[in-house]
Amino acid sequence: MTLVPLPTRPTRRRRRLTVPEATALLLAVFFLLAAVAPHWVAPGDPLAIDPLSAFQPSSWAHPFGTDESGRDIFTRVVHGTGTSLVIGLAATAIGLGLGIVLGTLAGMLGPVVDFAVNRVVEVLFAFPGLLLALVFILIFGPGVVTSTIAVGLSTAPGYARIIRAQLISVRRSAFVEAATVLGLRRTQILTRHILPNTLAPLFVLGTLGIGQAIVWAATLSYLGLGAEPPTAEWGAMLSAGRTYITSAWWMSFFPGLFIVLTAVTATVLGRALDRRLRHA
Amino acid sequence: MSALPLVVRNLRVAFDGTPIDPVRGVSLQVAAGECLAIVGESGSGKSVTARSLLGLAGSGARVSADTLSLAGESVLDFSDAQWRARRGKTVGLVLQDALVSLDPLRPIGREIADSLRLHTTLGAAARARRVIELLDAVGLPDPHLRVHQRSGELSGGERQRALIAAAIALDPPLLIADEPTTALDVTVQAQILDLFETITRAGTALVLISHDLAVVARVADRVAVMSGGVIVETGTVTEVLQQPQHADTRRMVAAVPADKPRGTRLSLTLRDPATLHDPAAPPASNDAADLPADPDAGAPVVLTATGLVKSFRRPDGSRQVAVNDVSFDLRRGSTLGIVGESGSGKTTTARLLLALTRADRGEVRILGQAWSEQTERARRPLRASVGAIFQDALGSFDPRLNVAEILRAAVAGPNGSHRHAHTERVRELLNDVGLSVTVTQQRPRELSGGQRQRVGIARALASRPEILICDEPVSSLDVSVQAQVLDLLDDLQRRHRLSLVFISHDLGVVQHVSDTVAVMQYGRVVEIGAAEQIFGAPAQPYTRRLLASVPRLL
Repeated sequence: MTLVPLPTRPTRRRRRLTVPEATALLLAVFFLLAAVAPHWVAPGDPLAIDPLSAFQPSSWAHPFGTDESGRDIFTRVVHGTGTSLVIGLAATAIGLGLGIVLGTLAGMLGPVVDFAVNRVVEVLFAFPGLLLALVFILIFGPGVVTSTIAVGLSTAPGYARIIRAQLISVRRSAFVEAATVLGLRRTQILTRHILPNTLAPLFVLGTLGIGQAIVWAATLSYLGLGAEPPTAEWGAMLSAGRTYITSAWWMSFFPGLFIVLTAVTATVLGRALDRRLRHA
Repeated sequence: MSALPLVVRNLRVAFDGTPIDPVRGVSLQVAAGECLAIVGESGSGKSVTARSLLGLAGSGARVSADTLSLAGESVLDFSDAQWRARRGKTVGLVLQDALVSLDPLRPIGREIADSLRLHTTLGAAARARRVIELLDAVGLPDPHLRVHQRSGELSGGERQRALIAAAIALDPPLLIADEPTTALDVTVQAQILDLFETITRAGTALVLISHDLAVVARVADRVAVMSGGVIVETGTVTEVLQQPQHADTRRMVAAVPADKPRGTRLSLTLRDPATLHDPAAPPASNDAADLPADPDAGAPVVLTATGLVKSFRRPDGSRQVAVNDVSFDLRRGSTLGIVGESGSGKTTTARLLLALTRADRGEVRILGQAWSEQTERARRPLRASVGAIFQDALGSFDPRLNVAEILRAAVAGPNGSHRHAHTERVRELLNDVGLSVTVTQQRPRELSGGQRQRVGIARALASRPEILICDEPVSSLDVSVQAQVLDLLDDLQRRHRLSLVFISHDLGVVQHVSDTVAVMQYGRVVEIGAAEQIFGAPAQPYTRRLLASVPRLL
């Protein structure tokens, strides 16, 4: 060979965390800790009543104040983290799982199935997501489990569409043709190239979806259709504080703050992942 | 005009955060009616130089110079507002890709009238008249119909003409054209270059930026060769092309494939200085050199295409015939070049040969066995004998895999899985295509264009094929990288006795690599024959027109 060896670029640099990303990472660690070991973060009992210290504003003893029965809001918010996160994760998992099944059916099984699935998805899309969840709860009754499934169901059509589009674009891509030219079998192409490239972006999509699912689940609880009082659940706590909003704002403010923080944390992390995976 | 349209002394451009300044002391001047070509490979600083002349070097750029004047006026410390007043008026710009340079939602007439509206006091009716005059001047047929069309309704050449019309609307004394014909077919390219000649003859100064010396040879009066941010050589076109002084210029001149016989090396390396002076010298260190270059006519046929027809459904339901009755044979060890302009059916033909799409009629046979008529399952054992090299190398790799994974999968094929046994073969393949093992852990998008195409070639060779189908394998590469890849393919063909179908829109490349050439137009093979015959004595008028359009080095 008379070819000059070609210069190679140095291995890629690690991208530095931005301030919002670092903050989100810290918050995520805190939320996970609160979910896994709530007693470690807030040692008290979230359901312990103390009528003598009802409606106290924030103080050293009660950083987030107390509610109408004297329960410590901080303890309750921390203990509610697990429920909210589990609802968020489970709902997203249900939505994604269903979306993958529908999207893969539509993308792989030919025009007839594609047509059928598309029409079903369009009908589901015609209803606002929350309305779809409400209909489901109307049929199966309120509760944490049904509201989780309801949120999952209502997010599924969106995921199904994205997965179908992704699958079709990957299936037509040049590297799939290149694999065909190499003589790979159809199942090999599907498992080695099409599915990994379709599903990798879903990881990011799921992370972004968790925030939304938490907000929706809290919404259902707030409407009295999810977790029921006195369970330490953010949406239910928000709803309970509504009556006293003029005199004891902290009762609804802190659960609301946690809902916003978890949703924002999940979204910021999702976007950070997206950026890194796309440009890695 | 008293002052020169453009005078540049010691221009420097620096960007924040880049260790090496892209432009380091460039001096140029252009007289009225003169065409100066700035030629260089990608990364040589030619585009940054061009953009600095319009105040468009970018927000992070620091431009400094001893002199930078347009039509006698120093523009070095111009504000954005001052630049806006001069752009279009004292200096016009023509960009490479007219499709993205024109607003897809506005008729081209409005687009061209913009500068007239901003810089002149002409009324609406006078502007409309002027726009039609301009479109007529740039040779767009039926200008009063064309003014109402949007860029998407025009062909590539028509769009480029519209863009030139917009650039010369205010009759600027200086026109800057950045790779204006790179995206165009040869015949259209020839027309656009003629148009530039007409414009300079009318007294406009032109700065033409290109990576292709042959293109420049047609229109330029003087050439400035850029490399590494400095001008390494300037002179008249004849001087630079016939007696290139600088090593970089010599390399670029040698890299132009047209008129260089088969087997001549295009890429010069400093290790064998013999070839620097004698472009026809045989490869200096090549163990395969003693193998016969020309395959004998009696070599067995390895691929036959008979009466291939393929049509597609248009959006309106009618059918468009992409490939119409195409037949040819490919003999062992030879190269069949397929040449044609965009839309001539070349790529569809490649896909039919690779059995990636089913022909409406006709048949492809590989090594005497049925191929296109088979089911994919029956075809699979034969797939190892046919490799493919794609134009878009990057798109042909799974983005999740690194080079080692790509090649190991190709070596393993549909059956194998013994990972360790493949490592040696991967190393051998990388060595074959002149890549060092350090690339194995990198992903294709981290490699240069030339390296990517080498990985593509290595993958195609993994199954030890007898036939390679190459669809525009060098079209997205710089001329000098193209030269290296063409040399590599030539080496590999001799060493492994490969039979190649080589598809390209570039006649110069096809002439250099082919034994047999098929010329395609509107889905048909209009002429097929030995390369010397097609290029020496073309029988068909279309072939003659194509040949007349090929840019050549004098």
